[in-house]
Amino acid sequence: MTRPRTIFDKIWDEHTITTDDSGQTLLYVDWLLFAESSFNEFDVLHFEGYKVRSPKQVFGVADHYTSSRGTTLADVIDVERRNLILTLERNAREGGFTFFGLGDPRRGIQHLVGPEQGLAQPGIIMLCIDSHTATQGAVGALAYGVGGDLDHALATQTIWQRKPKQMRINVEGKRGVGVASKDVILAILAEIGTDGGVQHSIEYAGSVIRDMSVEERMTVCNMSIEAGSPAGTVAPDAKTFEYVQGRPFAPRAGEQWDAALAYWKTLPSDRDAPWDKEVTLDGDQIQPMVTWGNSPEDGVPITDVVPDPSGEPDAQRRAGMERSLEYMGLRPGTRMTDIAIDQVFIGSCTNGRIEDLRDAAAIVKGRKVVVSSLVVPGSSGVKRQAESEGLDRIFKEAGFYWGEAGCSMCISLNGDAVPAGKRCASTSNRNFQGRQGKGSRTHLVSPAMAAAAAVTGRLADVRDLIR
Amino acid sequence: MEPFKSFTAVAVPFDMDNVDTDQIIPARLMRKSRRDDLHGTYLFRDLRFNEDGSEKPEFILNHPEFRKARIIVGAKNYACGSMRIGAIYTHYDYGIRAVIVETMSDTFYRNCVKIGILPVRLDGAAVAGLRAQLHQRPGATISADLELQSVTGPDGSEHHFEINAFDKRCLIKGLNHIGLTLERVTEITTFEDRYYQKMTWLRQ
Repeated sequence: MTRPRTIFDKIWDEHTITTDDSGQTLLYVDWLLFAESSFNEFDVLHFEGYKVRSPKQVFGVADHYTSSRGTTLADVIDVERRNLILTLERNAREGGFTFFGLGDPRRGIQHLVGPEQGLAQPGIIMLCIDSHTATQGAVGALAYGVGGDLDHALATQTIWQRKPKQMRINVEGKRGVGVASKDVILAILAEIGTDGGVQHSIEYAGSVIRDMSVEERMTVCNMSIEAGSPAGTVAPDAKTFEYVQGRPFAPRAGEQWDAALAYWKTLPSDRDAPWDKEVTLDGDQIQPMVTWGNSPEDGVPITDVVPDPSGEPDAQRRAGMERSLEYMGLRPGTRMTDIAIDQVFIGSCTNGRIEDLRDAAAIVKGRKVVVSSLVVPGSSGVKRQAESEGLDRIFKEAGFYWGEAGCSMCISLNGDAVPAGKRCASTSNRNFQGRQGKGSRTHLVSPAMAAAAAVTGRLADVRDLIR
Repeated sequence: MEPFKSFTAVAVPFDMDNVDTDQIIPARLMRKSRRDDLHGTYLFRDLRFNEDGSEKPEFILNHPEFRKARIIVGAKNYACGSMRIGAIYTHYDYGIRAVIVETMSDTFYRNCVKIGILPVRLDGAAVAGLRAQLHQRPGATISADLELQSVTGPDGSEHHFEINAFDKRCLIKGLNHIGLTLERVTEITTFEDRYYQKMTWLRQ
């Protein structure tokens, strides 16, 4: 009998070329996706005289520096940023690979483009130079964010990796009304902390995860890095197969599809597969969440209050909490729903998909925003879909700015920023100091919660607004 | 990558501990491509140049005796701070081929090996001695021999240094991590043949 394996083991084994005497594995890589920050990697190839080994397996996407205000190069805010986009375009041309550039109908945030194009498939290994690559693991793939070493992958279509430990996070029970997948991952982070997944790859399981749509699972996997893990995945199932089917890079109908499907069905973790770590959450208990501090683990239910550092026994943590509260301008004991906000951002690779926009629009419909509010669809495809459903009109009539696809205010590299001292309810993934602009104060929430904040001007319990 | 065997050049002393990557390459230059061919001018940019682009004559690399320096002799914790690949490019493109210090950041050490700069760690007394000699005799040369793992100071004193066999091989053969993997290219090709026989749908 073969030893029981996790989905991660199966993908790892299938891609193993060789192992060296120091215990590192040379893994084969199915797809590489690059955004604008990749110029160093291409410079290495240029200066060392290497070529892109397999251009058909490499894709470039402009997302971090593109403008939310328009789709041309002239809309990009300065010469330096325009040059970064042009540099990626040149690298794509010289390397002979596909570039989803400005004006391309397929362009979007890289972690949306992969799934939309059908590149993200069960069982594949995909690498990007970006922390949130794990988003694409939601289809049952191994999608890694690798910082900096992708020059090697470009030249060899492989990567040396040390196999991480494995962790399973089970969310059992059933989600309540108004509880989004974002709330589930924020609750997980509050439970296990930002180091809960360090040196582990994560599989999300349990009835709450199984009941989620593929897009919802992407939101969960997206924030694996916020638990310190580069890779998160979910066992592929009928929903996954349906999601992938018919996309440009998906297996073609007929013999190819049948072969792929037969293989994909072998991927879920075996019943007795061993886990280095396992955590179980009661999904029934998860409430709509909101963060109060400068770490994604600082989430509390919206019905809760700002925590009091004096109750924290660990001195290091207490000092950290005090620093966060000082930066965030919050007092312990304040009810979360009493916190007034100045701005709202809906978008990002965490929550920029069509289902996210539908969730937000359902709350916004027939209401008016009372603070500056921005919606940026995660991809051009999402934008078109939303417009065909009339969601853009709902947002615009309520007073939202309806932007062009990109990373936008999640990381504030394209000119969209939260001014110093201002408070933003944001559907993005990081509430770090300065992340949304120097001095910005970020509260992480789900799309529906962000919409609730936009129409009430404070952090609000979306359940009070559901009609 | 250029193979590194032995090398003799003018050396410049940097007496400060904790020379960080912000001093080596200011953050605003991080988004610059190396293909602009300007990284050599970015090395210690704000210490070397005024805002108008004129040189600061007091900075040591601008002293006439040290202009041809190709070896840096530093102190403790060289190139600490935020990880910046640009930090190594500034050194290489300026012409630096060896960095001799008491300690340096691990990232900088790894990047030295990747690009073909010899990273040398010696004990504190030895690097202080080398720096003192370079101050006494500006423009003096130092020799580094990787095969022998030895550095020779201006006074002829020899200092043995440690380097792991893997890094030594990379530098001597002029192979970076890509080159090393490509030595296994037949293994990769064989894997691909087998892999795509099974995963037919991935090669359309």
